[in-house]
Parts: sequence; structure tokens; C-alpha cells
Amino acid sequence: MPEPSQPLLDVRDLRISFRTRTGAVTAVDGLSFSVAPGEILGVVGESGSGKSVSMLAVLRLLTNPNVTVTGEVLFRGRDLLTLPDKEMRSVRGREISMVFQDPMTALTPVYTVGWQIAEQIRAHEKMSKKEALARAVGLLSDVGIPDAGSRVNAYPHEFSGGMRQRAVIAMALACGPALLIADEPTTALDVTIQAQILDLMRELNARGSAVVIITHDMGVVSEVADRVLVMYGGRAAEEGPRRAVFHGPRHPYTWGLLDSVPRVGGPRLSRLPTIAGVPVSPESVPEGCAFAPRCPARHDRCDERPFLSGESEHRDACWLPAGERESARAAAHSAPGALNRRAAP
Amino acid sequence: MTTDPRPRTDDPGVLLRATDVTKHYALRGDSLTRRRKVLRAVDGVSLEVRGGETLGIVGESGCGKSTLGRCLVRLTDITGGRVEFDGQDITTLSARRLRPVRPGMQLVFQDPQASLNPRRRAGDIVAEPLLIHRYGDSAAVRRRVAELFDVVGLSAAHLDRYPHEFSGGQRQRIGIARALATSPKLIVADEPVSALDVSIQAQVLNLFADLQDEFGLTYVFIAHDLGVVRHVSDRIAVMYLGEIVELADTETLYGAPAHPYTEALMSAVPEIDDGTGDPQAPRRERIVLTGDVPDPVARPAGCAFHTRCPYARELCAVERPRLAVTPSGRAVACHYPLVAAG
Amino acid sequence: MLYFALRRFLSALLVMFSISVLVFLIFFATPGVDPAARIAGRNADPATLAQVRHSFGLDRPLPVRYLLMMRHLLIDRDLESFVNRGSKVVPQIVQAMPVTLSLVIGAAVIWMTVGILMGTAAAALRGTAADPVIMLVGVVGVSLPAYWLGEVVNLLTQKRLHDSVFSWVPPPGYVELGQDPGQWALHLLFPWLTLALLYAGIYARLLRGEVVSALNEDYVRTARAKGLSERRILVRHALRCSLIPIVSLFGLDFGALVGGAALLTEVVFGLPGVGKLTFDALQNLDLPVIMGTVLYAAFFVVLANALVDILYARLDPRARHA
Repeated sequence: MPEPSQPLLDVRDLRISFRTRTGAVTAVDGLSFSVAPGEILGVVGESGSGKSVSMLAVLRLLTNPNVTVTGEVLFRGRDLLTLPDKEMRSVRGREISMVFQDPMTALTPVYTVGWQIAEQIRAHEKMSKKEALARAVGLLSDVGIPDAGSRVNAYPHEFSGGMRQRAVIAMALACGPALLIADEPTTALDVTIQAQILDLMRELNARGSAVVIITHDMGVVSEVADRVLVMYGGRAAEEGPRRAVFHGPRHPYTWGLLDSVPRVGGPRLSRLPTIAGVPVSPESVPEGCAFAPRCPARHDRCDERPFLSGESEHRDACWLPAGERESARAAAHSAPGALNRRAAP
Repeated sequence: MTTDPRPRTDDPGVLLRATDVTKHYALRGDSLTRRRKVLRAVDGVSLEVRGGETLGIVGESGCGKSTLGRCLVRLTDITGGRVEFDGQDITTLSARRLRPVRPGMQLVFQDPQASLNPRRRAGDIVAEPLLIHRYGDSAAVRRRVAELFDVVGLSAAHLDRYPHEFSGGQRQRIGIARALATSPKLIVADEPVSALDVSIQAQVLNLFADLQDEFGLTYVFIAHDLGVVRHVSDRIAVMYLGEIVELADTETLYGAPAHPYTEALMSAVPEIDDGTGDPQAPRRERIVLTGDVPDPVARPAGCAFHTRCPYARELCAVERPRLAVTPSGRAVACHYPLVAAG
Repeated sequence: MLYFALRRFLSALLVMFSISVLVFLIFFATPGVDPAARIAGRNADPATLAQVRHSFGLDRPLPVRYLLMMRHLLIDRDLESFVNRGSKVVPQIVQAMPVTLSLVIGAAVIWMTVGILMGTAAAALRGTAADPVIMLVGVVGVSLPAYWLGEVVNLLTQKRLHDSVFSWVPPPGYVELGQDPGQWALHLLFPWLTLALLYAGIYARLLRGEVVSALNEDYVRTARAKGLSERRILVRHALRCSLIPIVSLFGLDFGALVGGAALLTEVVFGLPGVGKLTFDALQNLDLPVIMGTVLYAAFFVVLANALVDILYARLDPRARHA
């Protein structure tokens, strides 16, 4: 287990709001989490949970002038949110790299893959073009691209989706970052290719980079993450070591996420347990618990906003007394008629 | 071919039968050599769908599963082979002759956003097939649309809204209501839940199950998600490069895949370890396939999968394995299946 | 490549053939147009008319007339104007071509430079007050027609302010480049600016849109995540990709202008270019000259199209194999 006392990344009370025509919309509301050196943090949530936007905010990649970001993003003790632009640039790509969801659009179409990797290297290190290209060849072969010596001169459109994602990852690794943030890196890929990319993530983690992997797929988190952060409505719902969260999920939203996914193994159910309603949108997050309107176990206290709490590393934001959780989960997801389709939307 | 418009197939339980269906697309040739390339999107697929069952079709992108779905309902003309629906050969029916057949087979698309006309109200979208097939006067159509909305879990208040006012899950419900409008026997659903959030996906899958119970529908359910396909299907066809490599009932297939590709596909799915599984059971071994799916324009000789197959032997590169059906109903296209056929 | 060139050449021939037939038919099928009457002059008696008809071959059947005209234009190159007897069409065009090329190339250099600078600057400064100001300048350029702007420029440089600020401006006209490069440039300066102003505005607006949308692309986000400077992201990534559609548009505009679309500017500034030639021929309904200039224009447009395709493949690797 990595030392929890010395986080690599420590995000405190992150708040992200967008100015819109109808007023300010809070996409992320008081999010705090940390990443220890060398660990893999899995961030799960559905659309509108704020998972992607918070990671973009960490790297200050939200360029929209209508966005306001407050809070602290401490990376190795420095607050990235207040760093001068020039210093921020030397953090991006060198100390923290990011890989995005869609490998088809993530590379500039008019340059060769090798050129783009060399550009990344030369942005941070004094090196000739030739040396940088030679290093690009090495990186491409590291991420499992066959015949890297000639593939380095290929254009992005000449690569398949899986190959492109490898190339993007090679680029992200070019300067040996301490932290890699991967935003749904396998969502656009087929399962067999996803397995290859997840292997690659684990491998580079073994070489010492910490990884934040953002995904909606509980299976992906279960396979690669050391710790899990479940987000809902721009807030943290549950956080803890993977085993603790998956074996004993505490937040009703996490129950829903785990139980409503049809599995490849285990018993086949005739009906899937569901979460009623639709994911909350940032415009309409309730005052109290964000999940309350969809929660099968809501009670009076839910009008008040819960914050992450708990004695151990496994914390959750739910008012339900610890002793009632087990029975509430069973009640919510075993009664097939309880969440009738006619009552669904 | 008989001239009888409704020849009975041998098995009265079979609603849809595809025999050796192929769909080829001619691509523009190389500008120098002018040699035309042929994309074999679907290459010799045979299958049967029995009334009331759900046949799952699973495979990775580019395997031809969506094209096959379109061939099955004659949304696209097929290059070769034969499709029979409800005892009638629909392979070469003209658009006009196809019209009376259409109400019986409907398609539900992946992207509810793209498949609904953004300028029309939800109620009108659902009413359209009714008007096309002359369901009745406007009052009857209105009653039927309201009924359909109720069936898919939408309220009457939704009738006058435009598609963009709905969530993804609700839009898919509209798509389903539209497909149900003509009381079809068969619904071909092409990745109907893959664009939806996890929590919404379960709601829509349950809706599919309820509708099947209520109306005795037959589904061909196309998806790339092996968990989803397992959940909905009675039998499953696994496709690779335009061919069916394995076809078996769900329990058999997931219990012991016979084709190396099926095995690899299943082992690649990230599994949720929630502590409910047998702790004594050995952890599933992952088979990570190397490389990408080959270009369907340049299909490898022999077995299409041999370039990535961990068990490939000499014969696999030379001879193309045929989909052999065993008495138990399981079919595998492999020279060296992982499970003895029986 | 060879195949590409051959196909292009054949399609060019087809286009030029169709256009020439069309021009020919429009000309002769238009009621009230009798070239013989024009040639013979006002109030000519029927006998003279018949004689003119015969000597110009206007009494032959239409297809024969067409073929004769094409032979004289393209093979013998001695097709004569209907209006100015004895003046041959081909040498006239050959003489006018360098004037038009001088005008259009000079203007193109100016408008591309200015347009790219303005468009990129506006895109980079979007959200600030500078963006709308730059675009407003662009709109002004677009909304000033060349003939009006040219007249105003002439008025100022030749009359109102000629004795003070613009005393160095030569009278309208053209001096050959080989004869005196300094005078060549001086004579063309205001025509260049007039023509360029219009296009610079259009290109700036277009490029701004392209760059702004490129800045929202995923690859720009990747570039930013790599730690590149904003300037590098703007120029090497966003602008580089935005140039692709601009260049193809440029090829078409350039071809059209060389082909004679710079007519108004030429007329206003008294430049004896192809546009002016076409203008005069149209006024006199001088079919041989119209035919010559139209075919010349079609040739340049087709050529420009081919060049655009080649350039496109250079700029966009995705277009190379497709």
C-alpha cells in the first residue's frame, strides 16, 4: 500500500461552475480526493457526474472563459490552480500527462505520429529532432506497436483505433510523468483491444507512474484500480480501497451501479435491478443529497447534504445508519416489482 | 422456388431463416490499377430465429453484425443467399411487395438521438409507421400512440415534446414505441443500449424483457457488450469478420466456449469482483489477443481468425473451417474446437 | 499520378467543349441578336447584310459555324473580331494575360497575408474586444464593391488629393514589368489594394471560423495537455489544419480572377487585362472575343481546380490515399 501521508496529488474542495444564459451551473461541488504516488485511482460515475471535468480542471485544461474553478489542486505540494502559465506548461506533459477518450480525434491529423511524440519531448527537454524521433520509436515499441521504426512515420489515419490509443499513451509517457490521467481510455475501443490497453496501463503503473482512470465501467475499475472514487452529481458519493468498495459498497448509488450491470459470469437474472429515474444534470442538483430523488432508501435526513465521512479509508456520503445498509440494499434490489418500468422516467 | 406466396418452412417454429447470406460492398478501386476491392461485410451467414426467442449477435466493431441485422429485415439488399421471414422468401421482394411484410419486422437503432427526426414531436414520430401502413382514422392513430407511450413507460405529457427534450433513455423508449407501433412479430435491435448510461441501460433492458413477455415478441439483439448479450439472449451467434464463428445457447456458450475467438472475447471482459464469486474458484485466465482485427477487404486465407488465434496450426491458414452444426444445436467454425462437439 | 493527370485533362476538355457550345448556342439562339447587322453597321441594306453574312460564314448551318470558329480560334489562331475588323482574338488575349496575372498575383499575396493574419488574430483573441473589431474591419472590406471603392480611390488619388498626399500616384494604366519594374508596381499598387481588400475580408472571416472550431478539437486539447505554448498550439496545430479548406477556396478564387473575374477592378483602373477585354466584348456582343475569353477563363478555372487537388493532398495526408 502506498503511504497515505504523502499524496502526489491532493485536490481540496474543488468547485467548478459554468456561467450560462440562465445563471451559474455548478458542475463540481466541493470535491476532495487524493492520489498517492504509484497508485491507480479509479473514478466512476455516469454522464454529468463531473468526473471528466474535474480531471480537466486539475490540468487547467478548461479553457472556456465562462468557467470558474476554485479550491486547491496540490501537486507535489504546489497549487496548480495558482501556478503561472509558464510553470503550468512544464507540469503538463512532463509531470502529469493526460489520455483522452477518443483516440480517433486526439491526434492532429496532418502530422505523423512520430512528429507529434517528438514535439512533446522537445517541448520539455533539450534534444535534437533526430534524437526525439529515435526516442519516439522506442516509446512506440514500448507500448506494443509492431514495426515501430516505420510506423513512426505513419499518419494518425493510417492507424486503427487501438493503435492510435497506444500512440497517444506512448506520447503521454514520453517524459516519464509521475501521474497519468486517463479519461475513459478504452470506452471507444473493442473489448479485446480494451484488454490490451488496460494491460498497458498496469504495466506503466508498475514502472512507477500513478494513474487516475476515469470510467463508467465498474468492471474496468474492479480490474485495474487500487482505490475507487464514486462520483454522482458533481460530488463524491463513496471513496475507498477497491476491495472494500466492491465487496461492501455503502452508498445506494454504488449498489445501483454494481447491481444493474449484466455480468458475464454468475447467475442470470430475469430482471435487472435498476436505479430509478435519470442521472441528475448539473442544472438541477438538489440542495440535499444529490442522489436522494433516485434513492430507494431515502429518508427525512436526505434533505440535508451529506459529506464524505467515515473512520477508515473507506468513506461515503450517505445518511443511512451503518447498521441499516445491508438490509436496505437487499430491499432495494431484490424486489422486482419495486421499480416498475411505468414508473421509470 | 415455388410461386406460392407463403410457402411453409419445414419447422413451423422458425420465424426468420437466413441461408448463406452475403453482403458485399464494392469499394472504389486503386486509381492506378483500377482493381476493384470487395468488402465482404457479411460472408455466408446462416441462422434461424424461432418465434418468441431472443437471438443475440455479438462481435467487435467491423464484424458485420449491424449489416447482418439490416440484411435480415431487408433494410439493405443482400448480395447472395436467402432470407425467409414468417414462411415467406423476402430475399428479392420488390419494395412494393415488401410493404405488407414490413409491419411484421421492425428495427430499433443504437443512437436514439440520430434515429429520431429532431423536428417532429414524439407522438408524430410514433404515429408515422401507423399512417404509412394505414392503421386507421386519426382518432384511432391517436389512441394507439397513447397506448404505445404507456406500454414503453412514457406518459401522455410526453406526446407533444421534441426529441431533444428527452433523456437518452427516454429517446430509446420512443424508438421502441415506434418499432412496436405496427405490432411486429420480430424486432431487430442494433446496439439499443450501448449509448446509454449504466443505470438507464438496465431500465431499457428490463423494458425489452417485459415487452417480450407481454407481446410474445421475437428479438434479434445485436450488441458488443457480452454481459448485455448474455442477459437478454436465449441463443447467441458470435461473429468475426463477417462470419458466424460460433452459435450456441447462452448457457452452453458462456459455460464453455468452443471457438478460440469466443473464449478470448469472454476472457477480455473486465470482471467485477464483488466478493460474491466462489473464492476457491481459480481466477479466470485472460487471453489477450495480439494485434487488430484484419481488414475485411483483405480477409486472411483459411480461418479468418488464424492470424490472432493462440491455438492456430498449419491447417488453419490453409483451409477455411465451415460452421458445423451438431445435434445438440451448437455450431462452431473451427478445425480444433476447444470443446468436443456433441 | 499519370492516371490522375490524364483524367483531369480529359475532364478539362469536356468542360471547355460544353462551355463553348453553350456560349455559342446562347449567342445565336438569343432572339434579336444578329451579328451581321452589328458588323454591317446601322441601316445597312439587305444586300450588304447578305454579303456580310456570307463573308463571315454566318449563312452556314450552326454546327459548321461552330466548328469553323473553333478551328480558327484553336488551330489557326487567326479568328477575327466581329467588331474591330482585322484584330485577331488570340494575340489580344495573349497581350492581356500578363496584365491580369500581375494584378491578381499581387493582390493574392496581399489578401492571403492580411486575411491569415486577421483571421488568426481574431480567433486567438476571441472573447476579447479585439475580435469583433478585427471582424468589423473584415466586414467593411467585404461590403465595399470593387467598382465603387475603385472609383473612390481614383477620385482621391487622381483628383481631390492628387496635389498633396497622392502626388506620387501615376495616372491609371499599365506599365510592363520588363519595361520598368518600379513603375509596374506603382501603377498596380491601388488596384492591388482594392482587389485585395474584398478578399482579405472574406478570408479573414472564414479563417477565423475555421481556427475557432479547430481550437475546440480534441487534438488541440491533446496539444495543450502536452505542455505546448499557446502560440505553438495556435500556429502549428489549429492554423495548420484550418488552412486546408482555405487553400482550396483560394485556388478557386485565384483561377476565377485570372480567368477574368477581376473585370471590375480592371475596368475602373483602366488596366487592359482579360477582364477588360471580356467587358468590352460583352458590350459589343463580339462573339469571337467572348468565345476566346470564355474558353481562356474555363481553362484557368479547371487548371486551378487541378492544382487545388494536388495542393490539398500535400496539406492533408488523409486525402493522399483516398
